[in-house]
Amino acid sequence: MTTTTRGAAVTGAVGSAHTRVEGRDKVTGAARFSGEVPFAELTHGWLVLSTVARGRIRSVEDGPVLAMPGVLTVLHHENAPRVDIDYMGMLGRPNPILGIFQHDRVPFAGWPVALVVAETSEQAREAAEALVVRYDEEPHDVAFRAGRPDAYTPQDSPLVQAETEKGDLEAQLAASAVVLEAEYTTPEEHHNPMEPHAATARWEGGRLDVIDSNQGSTWVAGELAQLFSLDPASVRVRSEHVGGAFGSKGLSPHQVAAVMATTVLQRPVRVVLTRRQMFSLIGYRSPTAQRIRLGADADGRLRALDHQAQSLTSTVYEFVESSAVLGRVMYDADAHHTLHRLVRLDVPTPTWMRAPGEAPGSFALESALDELAEKCGMDPIALRVRNEPGTAPVSGLPFSSRNVLACYEEGARRFGWAGRDPRPGLRREGRWLLGTGMAAATYPSGVGPSTAAVTAEPDGTFTVRINAADVGTGARTAMALVAADALEVEADRVRVRIGDSDLGPAMIAGGSMGTRSWGWAVTIAANELRELLALGDGIPPEGITARSNTAEAIGALAQQERHSFGAQFAEVAVDEDTGEVRVRRLLGIFAAGTIVNPLTARSQLVGGMTWGLSMALHEEAVRDQASGGHVGADLVGYHYAAHADVPVIEADWVDDPVPGDPVGIKGIGEIGIVGVAAAIANAVWHATGVRHRNLPIRPDRVLRAADEARRRAAGGARGA
Amino acid sequence: MREFGYERAVDVAEAVALLGSDPEARFLGGGTNLVDLMKAGVERPALLVDVRELPLDQVDFTPGDGLRIGATVTNSDLAAHPDVRRHYPALAQAVLAGASGQLRNMATVGGNLLQRTRCGYFTDITKACNKRSPGSGCPAIDGEHHNHAILDASEHCIAVHASDMAVALAAFDAVISYRTADEPGESPITGFYPPVGDTPHIETTLPPGALITGVTLPPAPVAVHSRFRKVRERASYAFAIGSIAAALDVRDGVVRDVRLALGAVASKPWRARAAERALIGGPASAEAFATAAEAELAAAEALPENGYKVTLMRNLIVAVLTELTEEVSR
Repeated sequence: MTTTTRGAAVTGAVGSAHTRVEGRDKVTGAARFSGEVPFAELTHGWLVLSTVARGRIRSVEDGPVLAMPGVLTVLHHENAPRVDIDYMGMLGRPNPILGIFQHDRVPFAGWPVALVVAETSEQAREAAEALVVRYDEEPHDVAFRAGRPDAYTPQDSPLVQAETEKGDLEAQLAASAVVLEAEYTTPEEHHNPMEPHAATARWEGGRLDVIDSNQGSTWVAGELAQLFSLDPASVRVRSEHVGGAFGSKGLSPHQVAAVMATTVLQRPVRVVLTRRQMFSLIGYRSPTAQRIRLGADADGRLRALDHQAQSLTSTVYEFVESSAVLGRVMYDADAHHTLHRLVRLDVPTPTWMRAPGEAPGSFALESALDELAEKCGMDPIALRVRNEPGTAPVSGLPFSSRNVLACYEEGARRFGWAGRDPRPGLRREGRWLLGTGMAAATYPSGVGPSTAAVTAEPDGTFTVRINAADVGTGARTAMALVAADALEVEADRVRVRIGDSDLGPAMIAGGSMGTRSWGWAVTIAANELRELLALGDGIPPEGITARSNTAEAIGALAQQERHSFGAQFAEVAVDEDTGEVRVRRLLGIFAAGTIVNPLTARSQLVGGMTWGLSMALHEEAVRDQASGGHVGADLVGYHYAAHADVPVIEADWVDDPVPGDPVGIKGIGEIGIVGVAAAIANAVWHATGVRHRNLPIRPDRVLRAADEARRRAAGGARGA
Repeated sequence: MREFGYERAVDVAEAVALLGSDPEARFLGGGTNLVDLMKAGVERPALLVDVRELPLDQVDFTPGDGLRIGATVTNSDLAAHPDVRRHYPALAQAVLAGASGQLRNMATVGGNLLQRTRCGYFTDITKACNKRSPGSGCPAIDGEHHNHAILDASEHCIAVHASDMAVALAAFDAVISYRTADEPGESPITGFYPPVGDTPHIETTLPPGALITGVTLPPAPVAVHSRFRKVRERASYAFAIGSIAAALDVRDGVVRDVRLALGAVASKPWRARAAERALIGGPASAEAFATAAEAELAAAEALPENGYKVTLMRNLIVAVLTELTEEVSR
């Protein structure tokens, strides 16, 4: 056993269940979220969004509004402070929507055209609703559909490789005993975090101070400094508690508007988005139209894999929903082709939303695998096992670890997959038809450079400083556990400070990279501190601090394919009279490296799986073709799974050591959602014999599909 | 959001007088719909007259074993009331099928009858809507309408009524009582919601300034065997895409009495009288139920995205009447 000057060493915090360190504050209301931190002299800004989908602003008639009670200013393109959007930020060029009020052009319905600032939120809202904005409207095009002739292949970016290709696809398809060709669609989906986006900005002691709700205050501070041409050291962004983010809480117009207004008024300004505004201002998941062709030998071995995914972007910025990436990791084939295509429409720019790419992509590819299994007369798991690659199918690199077979095996055992009758439409319980389905899951395990500081305090406690973001996942707690093990102390002796750009640069909470990135930096600093303490010189009043920066170590990582894996299982019940689909149980088994806190990890995985259920059956934003805006952009119109829709969901994991990896943590933010929609759609087929290739699987679609299937069956009978 | 006044009335006369004092006043019940609409700018009252404390919160038997339900009885209390559950089970089921527990604790019977449609064009003030802004048009007809009306819609509006409770009340011939500044009055629920025609903004036949004071359910022995079934796009807290309230009395395989009302198919709870006529005196069989359903739905006019409702309602009628036949036969 290792001994230190502090007595017996303690380890094992990582891997044992701990409640959130801030849990009590959250359930008692003591934790303040960004929209509720009090400030003296606080003012309230309310955004006014365009009601036309394309055109120019002719006039903003602010005169009458300025005379309304409490109104302090109206900012718009003719009077707002200038910002610079021509820069390269932490994640690339900024979305031009950050350049609010800089010109008269309106590129989509819901573009910010003004900010009304008043003494109270109610006054600002009433004035914003009264503000008359006149437009010169132009015809718009918001029609997303498969095979649009103006679709194009985007340029490669550091984030997305547009196309990969190997082998002769047509030749391999021609040589295949079994060919599956199918088209799948997923709709526009929205993050809808429980806490709306909110920012309060003020100038304090010559520095810009922003209280925000975001996924990375280093990131937001850096972008605000660039936008307003400020010394980065003069910008401080804090984000203490975040009520859900899911990819939507980076930079949005509300932060820019708050900074503009506080600069003009020299008073603190708070801008909070409404649920309806969030539908057009914070990004969303693009709808997708995906075409898959699979060719296989009679024994299921893949000869050809072709996955082409079309998504949309706005006219002002390019975002690619990378739906075709799944096959680059999961399945090899002699000929292998993946391609992304984009159409530019008069709509807001999409963005990352939980498991960007993999979530919609897995619906298509994992449904197609199920269809191929049916055609081959094979068990869906056996088909996947048959096509398990040794190295990554496209890059050819080795996997850091790939434990998906264990996920299939453990999942099948716990779900009771063995002996499943593969024939569809046979199981009935009262008015419900029953079926089961499965799908595979994967998501990259990335890492980003971070700095951390760990201090030994004179009172025997430790303080970890890392600019992590706890978006509700338990990141603060996870860092305490990681630090405790590295320091070999009890976790309750470690306090963690996060969510403050003054703590130094760190990775965002995004792309399932947070815990891996921050945990690495904390471990290095804590290890170093432990060595310093081992010298036994005593602790001075200011404590002893060790610091770390992982940039160099990340650069030295071996070239490997690093991913989490999983297997999703679903049982559904379908009422053919009404088209209702109810999920009876879900089981997800994951291989995701070291699980830091089983309690919050399970919660996060179950949350992802619940969202997958929601994606399969409920979620869909409807764009009104005539106006170019949404219909039902609220939680009445946009359905997500409510409690009664969520059945017994089990999430668990298999051991997944990552040989030679300095951290061992892979990240679990995204993988829970991946594959769930396919597993459910596959189970719906197993229940009814009808394939649903368009999400969500709404009752009206089930009824229509059942009618069509009956008609086809009747027609076939007549033909025979 | 417009600044508004707030008054709490202690008796019916005061409530009616307060409402009459301001042409832009609205009664406030549980506020579960009105307050949302105020936030959205759809409703902009100058004054709210809170009627939730009025002494109209009782459920009592009427002479002859009907029920009189006060207007401020909450949805939760109505659904839990033992006499409602025993004598009109479909009504309790309908109320429980609506909203969430928290909303049902606030929502009142009177307010439930007056709730507005959840059509996404109606609730969005940036869109045209003949119901909200007469003459501006109905974008749902060529737009998003997969949950819109298949019966009795007009070229001016295709929105559906949102209440589940009202569907059960329609099946049981409920009579709505109200009070104006001058006199009390009443209206059968089937006449309470006028045809849409070219006046979709006129949603009830309630006289101006009237306050709903209660609902009376006439005695209906058939209602003991009644059911409400709601189909929605998720398992809870969603508006119906189709619902049915049905009561059935069968003797020796023959339908002696039947009540049928359909929800989410029209601008009002739809009493299915054609189906009832087709059933009375005939066999209680799946074939007869299907024939009756066809008789009712013959008048349906579907748009491109809501035609499934014809299939759905036919299936629901057959399924629920079949279940009731089994229940009655036990």
